Amino acid sequence: MTSTLPSQPTDADLAVNARPSDRGRFGRYGGQYVPETLMPALAELELAAAKAWKDPAFTAELNRLLRSYVGRETPLYEAERLTAHYRRADGGPRIWLKREDLNHTGAHKINNALGQALLALRMGKKRIIAETGAGQHGVATATVCARFGLDCVVYMGAEDMRRQALNVFRMRLLGATVQPVTAGTATLKDATSEAIRDWVTNVETTHYILGSVAGPHPYPMLVRDFHAVIGEEAKRQCQDSFGRLPDVLVACVGGGSNAMGLFHPFVQDKGVRLIGVEAAGDGVETGRHAATITEGRVGVLHGAMSLLLQDGDGQVQEAHSISAGLDYPGVGPEHSYLREIGRAEYGAVTDAQALTALQLVSQLEGIIPALETAHAFAWLEQLCPTLSDGTEVVLNCSGRGDKDVNAVAERLGNELGA
Amino acid sequence: MTPSAVSAADSPSPIAARFAGLQEQGRMALMPFLMAGDPDLSTTSDVLLSLQENGADMVELGIPYSDPLADGPVIQASAYRALSAGTTPGRVLEMLSGLKGKLTIPVILFTYSNPLLNRGAEEFFADAAAAGVCGLVVPDLPLEEAERLSPSAQAHGLDLVLLVAPTTPADRMQRIASASRGFTYLVSVTGVTGERVSLENRVSSLVADLKGCCPIPVAVGFGISGPDQVKQVKSWGADGAIVGSALVKRIAATEPISAAAQAGEFCRQLRQAAD
Repeated sequence: MTSTLPSQPTDADLAVNARPSDRGRFGRYGGQYVPETLMPALAELELAAAKAWKDPAFTAELNRLLRSYVGRETPLYEAERLTAHYRRADGGPRIWLKREDLNHTGAHKINNALGQALLALRMGKKRIIAETGAGQHGVATATVCARFGLDCVVYMGAEDMRRQALNVFRMRLLGATVQPVTAGTATLKDATSEAIRDWVTNVETTHYILGSVAGPHPYPMLVRDFHAVIGEEAKRQCQDSFGRLPDVLVACVGGGSNAMGLFHPFVQDKGVRLIGVEAAGDGVETGRHAATITEGRVGVLHGAMSLLLQDGDGQVQEAHSISAGLDYPGVGPEHSYLREIGRAEYGAVTDAQALTALQLVSQLEGIIPALETAHAFAWLEQLCPTLSDGTEVVLNCSGRGDKDVNAVAERLGNELGA
Repeated sequence: MTPSAVSAADSPSPIAARFAGLQEQGRMALMPFLMAGDPDLSTTSDVLLSLQENGADMVELGIPYSDPLADGPVIQASAYRALSAGTTPGRVLEMLSGLKGKLTIPVILFTYSNPLLNRGAEEFFADAAAAGVCGLVVPDLPLEEAERLSPSAQAHGLDLVLLVAPTTPADRMQRIASASRGFTYLVSVTGVTGERVSLENRVSSLVADLKGCCPIPVAVGFGISGPDQVKQVKSWGADGAIVGSALVKRIAATEPISAAAQAGEFCRQLRQAAD
């Protein structure tokens, strides 16, 4: 675990204008560690986003498409059998699921892909690039590019293409080019580096739809703001369902976009516990994991200062997780900040715990969650016994598991179709 | 000004002095780049001396990094080989310390932000200066982030060299050139490192713009593949030419034992083109 004990965050720490500062910093985290070639494009993007949010035509178009194309709002669903499963003699928490898995393309990722595609159109950029790990962001980006007639190139690690063959096919069906990346570990980290290299080369014609709350400023803020609709809806739905704010929010964290989207509208509500769940892979003690906040040190990757899995010389280490979407050695800078100021808590669960949770939720609720999402569910095992009766827990059900069925079958030793 | 009146901060750095000397002779600086530790540090040491013998005015030495996002395939592969051979920043600096007295041309380290920040910028600067390093190029440290580090680098006698790209707007170019130390590194292509068949003609006007806005020397790099492009860069009025991937590729294509000779031969051709 990280050594420093978090203090109590002040109101100033939590203010929206401190997240990030005008220098693109969340405390010491964030910033813009990119080649000079990209700096004007980042400035252009920041300006375009600021103007767009103030333009009623933009927000109206975004909201119209979120409703009619993405299928928002997504339900806040009371998971009654899961709640019953964790119920003790003296009661227990009530578990609610924010059903982002019901979005078009099966995950929260499309909230951001749609918003950024609309921005690209406003900036007059007709070519889109993206990186993807599990393929969910790639599919979401390919989808919105098809919808708006934009050229789309998705960078994906060769190892992830093997693990997520179904999503590779979906992207190609949608008309995108999927560019395999064989460098390094051939996973999300390397796909992101390659996408940045493409952007450096084609920046004048291309917009990079970065898929997480990571990367150089303004991406951590931009991506969070497009996903904040998750938390905004949830806040309203909690009011409607049980007449108050929730007590605990739980979400999985790789780069951390679904978690930031849910957390953001609640950050200033200090009574709401925010819990992010990372991937412990084979176990943090084995060194084969992706638990960046739990085990990482401050560093710079893909344009931002944040916590990072790295060796003693600052070389970025391989991450390991059964979930391609969490298999990343970095994490969004705002998560590092929320951890540092003591506003959010982070834990980690292993591949095995995630697989157990995936089966449990499938069988109790008839919902097959994505492997990424299964990490958040797995945290309930240790969280629920500590919560008093009547505690309201909202878990971000960030994606559906159809894409993972092959990988899960392989791991559980079942032959599909046998 | 009498010598006694010149404070340490005012005296020209070794890099600035070298550029000044070359400018007096009407010559352009030749600055080869190579990756430390590819294939091993003892070969790197031999190649450095060979480059010096064959007309290099300064040398840019890469610290290998796991995620080099400003680099094209040639230098990525080189960094990967160097890391696989166990190269670390500490060992690179040890190798340089061992060359003191023999390698007299200025050495500029090319390192990404993370290995630098991981060691702690202060400590990195102190160790680099102790090993005889004169300057640093950090390709993922733009003006805004560099401004925090430059004074501390300078306090250790290191020039923090900043980069200008073809996409940099004019007012920003002015601010970068004013903040850069030693020289301004003009990235000649919109893209990552690697040889290009031809250089964009707009680089010519960028050289002129940079020279017009600030007295600091301008060196052009990224994409220069051989003597012809060195000549072209010279004709644009640049003060220096940086040749990376083309040299790295030649070193990789030969046996370690003949790497120094090969690099020296290529450097001699570049030198002729530069003069």
